[in-house]
Amino acid sequence: MSTNTNSLDDLKSAAVDGGEVPKESQTTYTPFFKRVLAQKQGKIGLTLTIIVLLLAFCGPLLLPWATGNTATEFVAKPFSPHGLFGSDNLGRDVLSRFFAGGLTLIVYSVLATALGMILGAIIGMLAAYVGGTFDAIIMRLNDVILAVPQLVFALLAITVLGPQGWVLVTVIGVTHAPRIARVARSATLGVITEDYILAAEMYAMPRWKVLLRELLPNITGPLSVEAGLRLTYSIGYIASLSFLGLGLQPPAADWGLMINENRIALSIQPWGVLLPVIAIALLTIGTNLLADSFARATASTSVEA
Amino acid sequence: MTTETTTVHHDDANVPNEKIVLRVTDLKIATTAGNEILHGVNFALSRGEILGLVGESGSGKTTAGLACMGHFREGLKFASGSVSLWPRGDDTAVEVVELDEVAVRSLRGSRIAYIPQDPALSLNPAMRVGEQIREVLDIHEFGKSEAERTERVAAVLVDVGLPGDKAYQKRWPHQLSGGQQQRIGIAMAFAMYPDVLILDEPTTGLDVSTQAVVLDTIRQMTVANNVAGLYITHDLAVIKDISDRVAVMLRGDLVEEGPVESVLQDPQHEYTKMLMSAVPDLAGRKTIGEGAAAEPEPESKATHILVSDKKSKSEDTNESARAQDPADSAGGAATSASAPLLQVTDVALAYGKAQILDGINLTLEPGDCTLLLGESGSGKTTLSRCIAGLNDDYSGAVRLRGQELAKSTRKRTNEQRVGIQYVFQSPFSSLNPRRSIGQSLTVPLEMSGEGTAASRKAKVDEALDSVRLGRSFYHRRPGDLSGGERQRAAIARALVNQPSVLVCDEITSALDVSVQASIVGLLRTLREEHHLAMLFVTHNIALSRHIADNLAVLNKGTIVDYGPTAQVLETPKHEYTRTLIADVPKF
Amino acid sequence: MFGKVIGRRLIFSAFILLAVSLLVFGATLLLPGDAARAILGQQATPERIAALNEQLGLNQPAWQRYFSWLGGLFVGDFGTSTASGGSVAQLLGERVGSSFILMAAAAIISVPLGIGLGVYQALHRGGRRDQAMTGLSLVFAAMPEFVIGIGLIAIFATSVFQILPAVTLAPPGEPVWGRPEQLILPTLTLILVVTPYIVRMMRATMIEVLDSGFVEMARLKGVPEKRVIMRHAVPHALGPVAQVVAIQLAWLAGGVVVVEFLFRYPGLGQALIDAVTYRDVQVVQAISMLVAAVYVVVNLAADVVGILTNPKLRSAA
Repeated sequence: MSTNTNSLDDLKSAAVDGGEVPKESQTTYTPFFKRVLAQKQGKIGLTLTIIVLLLAFCGPLLLPWATGNTATEFVAKPFSPHGLFGSDNLGRDVLSRFFAGGLTLIVYSVLATALGMILGAIIGMLAAYVGGTFDAIIMRLNDVILAVPQLVFALLAITVLGPQGWVLVTVIGVTHAPRIARVARSATLGVITEDYILAAEMYAMPRWKVLLRELLPNITGPLSVEAGLRLTYSIGYIASLSFLGLGLQPPAADWGLMINENRIALSIQPWGVLLPVIAIALLTIGTNLLADSFARATASTSVEA
Repeated sequence: MTTETTTVHHDDANVPNEKIVLRVTDLKIATTAGNEILHGVNFALSRGEILGLVGESGSGKTTAGLACMGHFREGLKFASGSVSLWPRGDDTAVEVVELDEVAVRSLRGSRIAYIPQDPALSLNPAMRVGEQIREVLDIHEFGKSEAERTERVAAVLVDVGLPGDKAYQKRWPHQLSGGQQQRIGIAMAFAMYPDVLILDEPTTGLDVSTQAVVLDTIRQMTVANNVAGLYITHDLAVIKDISDRVAVMLRGDLVEEGPVESVLQDPQHEYTKMLMSAVPDLAGRKTIGEGAAAEPEPESKATHILVSDKKSKSEDTNESARAQDPADSAGGAATSASAPLLQVTDVALAYGKAQILDGINLTLEPGDCTLLLGESGSGKTTLSRCIAGLNDDYSGAVRLRGQELAKSTRKRTNEQRVGIQYVFQSPFSSLNPRRSIGQSLTVPLEMSGEGTAASRKAKVDEALDSVRLGRSFYHRRPGDLSGGERQRAAIARALVNQPSVLVCDEITSALDVSVQASIVGLLRTLREEHHLAMLFVTHNIALSRHIADNLAVLNKGTIVDYGPTAQVLETPKHEYTRTLIADVPKF
Repeated sequence: MFGKVIGRRLIFSAFILLAVSLLVFGATLLLPGDAARAILGQQATPERIAALNEQLGLNQPAWQRYFSWLGGLFVGDFGTSTASGGSVAQLLGERVGSSFILMAAAAIISVPLGIGLGVYQALHRGGRRDQAMTGLSLVFAAMPEFVIGIGLIAIFATSVFQILPAVTLAPPGEPVWGRPEQLILPTLTLILVVTPYIVRMMRATMIEVLDSGFVEMARLKGVPEKRVIMRHAVPHALGPVAQVVAIQLAWLAGGVVVVEFLFRYPGLGQALIDAVTYRDVQVVQAISMLVAAVYVVVNLAADVVGILTNPKLRSAA
């Protein structure tokens, strides 16, 4: 009887993982990044990501050149003396705010992803390795967190704690964790039945060493795919929260916030919205393509033994 | 391929004649990338006869078989040649590979039927079994009426020895045993009274007794329906049992073809000779894997001949002598004068109601080899893992030199752990793909805290030498190695610590027969060199005389027969052992 | 047996909801020491703070508040909105219908569309169209919903064409379906976000099934290709895909928030954003619980599909 529920659960986790994470491979190790770059997706993804990263990180350095075009009139037209892309409803130069507005988004997203990856990988690997009741409890707790969409969770946290940077990073990271844990767990379960794990046990290798030396290197494929995906989602959530006015607070320069502030004037002065929208789109597309090429690179190692 | 391989023909049955139903001429198949994988294959199938197509993994035998149905798997394409079929009551031949989709589909399942390797995977799990047979009849518009088709489903089920009633037809595939599933597959194939039958290793996943039943069914049905069969397998013993003619494939070429007796008893091609010498025989008349220990890669040297009759006789007498007096060989290696090296007493294990092991007693003296024989589900792997300390749920005792061992390997002392070493079944799984062979082989030394990094490296090198891999393998990763090489590396890992007992769990079952022979040969050499005691666990009774002094037969968790190999094989005490011996396809 | 499996799932669903309620309620305990002041701001008079404390029941111990809140949920009493002073149930009641229409429209279109496109891609795998569609689905799956939404607004409502309304025009009180054209862009946004996931999962599952032994066997039996796909392959892919569809539908319940905000659509999402801005805790709690309930229900439905398409689960003793 319990097998029924089990197989249904397996089906479920297979469904969750199956779409995005390819089957674990057990073969030759050739440099991962070479395989990533051998693909069209990998190249395009990396290029897009690097372009937006350069923009976000070097943008602030260009500010002295870009700023200084403040107009007193409400919404200046683009390509006018009031700045290359005009100004916004408060007369602020769009281009300079655009240059300055990417850094926080990227830093927050990377931090949230890193937090989620560390928590999730540890939880998932432990759940699979320890097994039994521990596994069952952990996975049930996971299900509870999964029942609330991440964005709603973030909104709940912001209601209680206010719209601060650390709240965004923590809540997105923590809500990533159960999703990552599922992937880490099923990848670990795929590896844990391998005889080389049993061999390590047989030689009484300390358990932390088994996890670190035998297990972890063999699940880096699915984990890297997951990292790419989660980074994409983190960017999406944090930008969305800013867009909703619940991330960075005015007068900070931030892409999401810019879109929110300027969208009323979309038909008169579209650049205040379009520049950050394009940047966010390129960034998320870039990281998602990278994640996909990670997945393919991992899958391509599986040569049937 | 610049050199044209010519097939050795034993007779001229292959030239065009009236009995021929299907004829493959100069068939070439390539990958979509353009690599040729079949280099011009010729064979013919005659009515009422079964042609056995033998070859090791990667020889292209399944590809050739499926091509007879005009089917090419993903990534493969037809290159050139012809497949001609003479359907019943038709004088003109049909060119299978030139037909369009619709025409070839109307042949499949009706004129040419297929019986797949793994019935568990080949039956649609979401369709009732009766429905799956019925589907074939419906598609090919069998008979004149609904009733006739319904009748046929029931009849063909009875033909293959299953109940044909409605209740049985309503079952789902997962409610049937492996043997029953395969018989559903056979019923499906015979439903339309086909002319040609392609059998793709249909008994591989089954245990010996089920295999015997399924083979019987196939043979009867072929004769009764006057069908031409192509039986694809890697197992020469099965070929001998079921087929009339045999064709041997080697890397995309057909190297030898002729009547079974003639090819198997008087092989002409070097490769066939090598294959024949590698197949273990129950009688133990030949020595498999002779000299293989020195040749780490026999699979790449197909021309190497491994037969040696002289040596085998002396070894044989030697073995039986030792078997009669196991204590004799104990010699001075034992540290405790009276206690046996390894003693298993009253080991039992149960999961809930399922009694996996029950009252197991085994003794192993230094330098001794006991073969533990059992079919899948007999508990043989569980038992060997209990001994190795990988399964601590058992009751009873395992003693090493009279000292009772803790149940879990983690609780055993260093010395005890080193004393018993375990080699895993699948070499594809037992080595961490992300670590080099050297790193994997250092683990046992590292964990027993022995020596310095340099002395460990030296010991690993030595072990690699002793399994005839050589030191150059130290830095390679498992992915670059063949199955046989990996298994040698896994054996080397078990040897680095100089154990006194080696537990080998089905270590040849994942390997081709020629590699199996070389591994068995290696183990024989190692036993002598290191004075090792060995527990060799297998399902293959034919190996017993080739490696073991003593034979223990495990059935459903109990040892039903135990004694010197010759004695058990010649005068088996238990009914189960007798059936096992009788069911082994003879050579 | 079937009933037993479903019963088990039902009990588990109830457990999930209960645990979520603990989580959602527990979150309010993280409110800064003086919650009422945090909510009302520094200028609030002591009387108003005392009144709010009374209203939130902050004078009672936490467990007592939890149980009276939980008890309220069962009888449809979601508490009082601190921002408007009205009952939460009433506030949300008008909006639930609007949000439901948006989600249902998106689901009804994207599920069959996603499954169809996925099957099409699997059957033409490796071809140019398959690759183009894979690329497109990657692009759409990547972008946050507001980016897609703004793109649509720029194209269809402002900069390029001006054929559809950029925001919801219906005055409060008028049902949203009174002017169907205002539903088009929000629905389209949701479809563009959800469909790619379903397509990708369906494609992957179908490819796996098409490579399976029983599909090869069906072909070798001479079964026509159309029947191979419809009778043998697709039913097997539906079980796993149902799980992904469920996750996506549950996600719709969250993603709808951003879309409603963008299009000023008078639904739950809009209410949620307002509530968060005014720190209207009881409204946020109520909506979180509703969203979790949606998740539980669609997952239950996916389980039923999973069981129905798998006779092993259906008939196992």
